[in-house]
Amino acid sequence: MTDAFASADLDEADRALINGLQGGFPVCDRPFSETGNKFGLSEDEVISRISRLCDEATISRFGPLYNTEAMGGGVTLAAMWVPEENFEAVAELVNSYPEVAHNYERTHIFNMWFVVLTENPERIGEVLQEIEQKTGLRVYNMPKEEEFFLELKLEALAEERS
Amino acid sequence: MKSELLTVFLDAFDRDLIALTQTGLPLVPRPYHYLGEQLGLSGEEVVLRIKALQDKGVIRRIGLIPNHYRLGYRANGMTVWDVPDEQASDLGPQIGALPFVSHCYRRPRYLPEWPYNLFAMVHARTRAEVEDLAGGIADILGEHRRGHKILYSTRILKKTGLRLTGSYSNQITKPDHQTGSPNQIKGKGVQECLE
Repeated sequence: MTDAFASADLDEADRALINGLQGGFPVCDRPFSETGNKFGLSEDEVISRISRLCDEATISRFGPLYNTEAMGGGVTLAAMWVPEENFEAVAELVNSYPEVAHNYERTHIFNMWFVVLTENPERIGEVLQEIEQKTGLRVYNMPKEEEFFLELKLEALAEERS
Repeated sequence: MKSELLTVFLDAFDRDLIALTQTGLPLVPRPYHYLGEQLGLSGEEVVLRIKALQDKGVIRRIGLIPNHYRLGYRANGMTVWDVPDEQASDLGPQIGALPFVSHCYRRPRYLPEWPYNLFAMVHARTRAEVEDLAGGIADILGEHRRGHKILYSTRILKKTGLRLTGSYSNQITKPDHQTGSPNQIKGKGVQECLE
């Protein structure tokens, strides 16, 4: 089992694929072949490298990235200020909602931050209201009002890891 | 740009295609053809549908999301800034364009406890590096910056993927001619990922 938090050992071709495919992957009959031509690799080698990087959890996702709102769904970021003694119980309650996709503990008095994804926008308000009622804590709804979105572009660097 | 609230009509094939690719693209030489076989469509038709979904904004892109921890980015700071609302639309794109910022949004404030309206996620190797990079954001914001904080994630409490009702279950079976292992659910990077 690979440690998903450990730094990966990557060679030159791995890094080229990770850096080169973040922005897009071809939509054509033989996309791995086309990718291989670009990077000087065979089709099989591109597939086996991407498979290995997925298996090792160096790649979190490979494929279409969907926009929930364009599909008619709802999405928001919510924050809570949870007293330390209740933190685990509140986390358990929040996480019990299938609509809660991500939840992070963060370094602030607003110490719990979670993303809610729903199949329709109305459901967002219901979920947040239920969490408020069950916990007695305020849920701060922070939906995006404007998006200055650029793609994720983390470069896999060759230099020494820290 | 304003976030689009337009909902796109998706037919049954589109929804099945989305359901089939929720965990990713099959890692086979002809992935779109392979999806077509499961949907009763030709590979060409799957390619056209995917391109149409990209044009409509339903698919942001077909791509690869690395696990930032595995690339050595262990410090992930959600930097939050208080800037005048009337400046946010001009400043946001400049912040979003920085190479170390993965997401940048304007969000509502809650005064007095939460004055911050501009959010930019910064990825770096160490917290010291995040702070250096945040200094670069502060320089761009200049006199418009009224305050800021950096919130580091100390624990992932939950991380799951996108769900959408479709007629297919979300796991792609391994085809016979596949050379590698299937693209299984891993970190399940989602399009709305905030880390």
